[in-house]
Amino acid sequence: MNGLTGNDVIHQYLRHNKKFPHVLCPGCGHGIVLGTLIRSIHALSIPKDDIVVVAGIGCSGRLAVYVDFNTVHTTHGRALTFATGIKMANPKLKVIALMGDGDALSIGGNHLIHAARRNIGVTALVLNNSIYGMTGGQSSPATPEGATTMTNPYGQLDKAFDTVELARGAGANYVARGTVFHVKKLEKIMIEALGRPGFSLVEAITPCHTQYGRKNKFKTPVDMYQWLKKSAIDVERYEELADDKREGRLPIGVFFRRDRNGYEERYYAMKEALTGKGAKGGRK
Amino acid sequence: MPRRKKRKEIFALGNEAVVEGALLAGCSFYGGYPITPSSEIMEIMAARLPMTGDGVFMQMEDEIASMGAIVGASLAGRKVMTATSGPGFSLMQENLGYAIMAEAPLVLVNVMRGGPSTGLPTSPAQADVQQARWGTHGDHPIIVLSASDVQECLDMTITAFNMAEKYRTPVILLLDEVTAHTREKIEVPNEGEFEVFSRTVPSMPPEWYKPYEETVRGVPPMPPLGAGYRFHVTGLTHDRNGFPTQRPEEIVELLERIHRKIDQFFYDIQLVDEVQTTDADVVVIAYGSVARSAELAVHQARLNGVRAGLLKLKTLFPYPRRHTEKILGHARTLVVPEMNMGQMSREVKRVNMGRASVRTINRVDGQIVTPSEILKVIMQG
Amino acid sequence: MAHQKKGKSTVTVYPDWCKGCGICAEFCPSKVFEIGEHGKATVVREKDCIHCGFCELHCPDFAIVVRDKSPVAEMEDTAPDKPGAKKGA
Repeated sequence: MNGLTGNDVIHQYLRHNKKFPHVLCPGCGHGIVLGTLIRSIHALSIPKDDIVVVAGIGCSGRLAVYVDFNTVHTTHGRALTFATGIKMANPKLKVIALMGDGDALSIGGNHLIHAARRNIGVTALVLNNSIYGMTGGQSSPATPEGATTMTNPYGQLDKAFDTVELARGAGANYVARGTVFHVKKLEKIMIEALGRPGFSLVEAITPCHTQYGRKNKFKTPVDMYQWLKKSAIDVERYEELADDKREGRLPIGVFFRRDRNGYEERYYAMKEALTGKGAKGGRK
Repeated sequence: MPRRKKRKEIFALGNEAVVEGALLAGCSFYGGYPITPSSEIMEIMAARLPMTGDGVFMQMEDEIASMGAIVGASLAGRKVMTATSGPGFSLMQENLGYAIMAEAPLVLVNVMRGGPSTGLPTSPAQADVQQARWGTHGDHPIIVLSASDVQECLDMTITAFNMAEKYRTPVILLLDEVTAHTREKIEVPNEGEFEVFSRTVPSMPPEWYKPYEETVRGVPPMPPLGAGYRFHVTGLTHDRNGFPTQRPEEIVELLERIHRKIDQFFYDIQLVDEVQTTDADVVVIAYGSVARSAELAVHQARLNGVRAGLLKLKTLFPYPRRHTEKILGHARTLVVPEMNMGQMSREVKRVNMGRASVRTINRVDGQIVTPSEILKVIMQG
Repeated sequence: MAHQKKGKSTVTVYPDWCKGCGICAEFCPSKVFEIGEHGKATVVREKDCIHCGFCELHCPDFAIVVRDKSPVAEMEDTAPDKPGAKKGA
């Protein structure tokens, strides 16, 4: 694969016995996230056999089938529980949990909290499109206040979930946010997330024009990318803004880093101490 | 039969015996959430697994996560187990269905207590028999086993692991609170005295491998994640490659295969113990701790001149039809005592089809079914 | 550096993978693309391409490939400048 660039690299990681183009709508950012994930894995030279992509249910869950890794498409909201089991069973594997906002924050909210608390060595990718896309455009916990959806036709009453603060409070090692407009930054974030110990969470803001945009004054998918371009701001600069200037801005970048060992490292270290034998740390 | 090596004898709880059996069978991953009256299984696993080989013990945040973790670990190549009771069993149904669809071997021990809902946390019942069969949605095959005493807790746990691995399917072991919390002397078999079966792994190169291929046994080989066979696992209806499909012929092929792989091996899966059934006019069909009461009742009935027998079900599902059919050749009366409102007697009546008279004894008051209750019904003929 | 690359690349759109979302046409700094009459992205000003990589990174359907016109040897020399080809952990 040396010498290949751009999408020629991506094509090396796709399952060509699957039907393309993929199932997602025109302009859906999920494909961009998938491409970014593939480039990050390529940049780190991680063998395909060592990658396990564990996906939940929804539009984001559909991505797993297209990539030539070990892929597990699980039940709604439960991706992190499967990922935890896989990582503990074989810590040598690089486990990536691919979830949507409804998946990770609503039905799977408890699992997200506890995966972060344990600091299990899994990279969680939350593809936040502010909506339940696959089921037809119902409100998710990430739907912004005031937005119109199928289940909030008069406007969303509650506030959107702050994924970053949630993960910070729960004990994750690394939390970052990117957007599918700022792809190079997102890639940098993903590369760092994949290379770190413990639980890393990357929230990727990815527009859903079909189910969210059309009901919320975005005429075309491109309008949503223009909105990302305008509203995103580096978190360092965001911190310097006065409170009244923060309205409508979307901080992106790395929010915090910690270096606590992952749960699997602590568990196998405990085993080693107990038995006096070298922990296998995997069974390849 | 001379025994070459003396077996270790231990004085154990039913729940302890389950752990002994699991470890003998090669269980190396436990994910669970505590719940009465199954918690001892989890506690002993927490102490034992970190000390053994590559054993992993995990306390998860709830029963949903417990199932998720063990299915994940099973896909990664481990022999896995969890234990729970009624309320937790309800939460496990979601990912139990996933394991059936993805054909991930696992053992789920349910120490039954009274229900519905929180019910009777510390009292025995056999209230989850039909939930074990039909708890998760969709048409699915399942193997459900039971144990009636502490020795059987150990033996049937080994059997449960072997069946799970052999048929690539979840196996549910139903215990009741009486069996789980009875302490008695049992023998721990020595290595080599019992069968240990591990899943078949593919021998062909990865490019030839189809994870859900039709095979003679109906059970495709299963490599652990990360072994070079990069395939897709999904709870969606899938084709032989594991990719989602909506083609009618592929849907039917999958569902027929996952049923056939269990149905066609009924002679291996359906386990019973028969006590004096050959000439019996009255046969008690029982399982779990109730089978112990029934055995005593049958002996007492014989002393009183009634030709009684016991068909003890060790496999509940697929229901041991052929054993029941054989008994129906001579039995006039079937007695089905249960600690529920009649969940197993439905199966008995379905096979009976009006031939013998079926009498049920049902207790749902958190008390055991006593030998004298059963004897009374036997003596009525 | 970017302008020095002007006209040195080939830009290919796979029409059967393109869904016509218009991201490439909207954001390409050299206006290389237009959405054609079949609703697919079409390369209309290939010579203006400066090989910035934006379209490849942002195409949700992996339907665009930008390659150097130069021979293979030269391509490998320039590879590290390309998106995603370096910056290890």
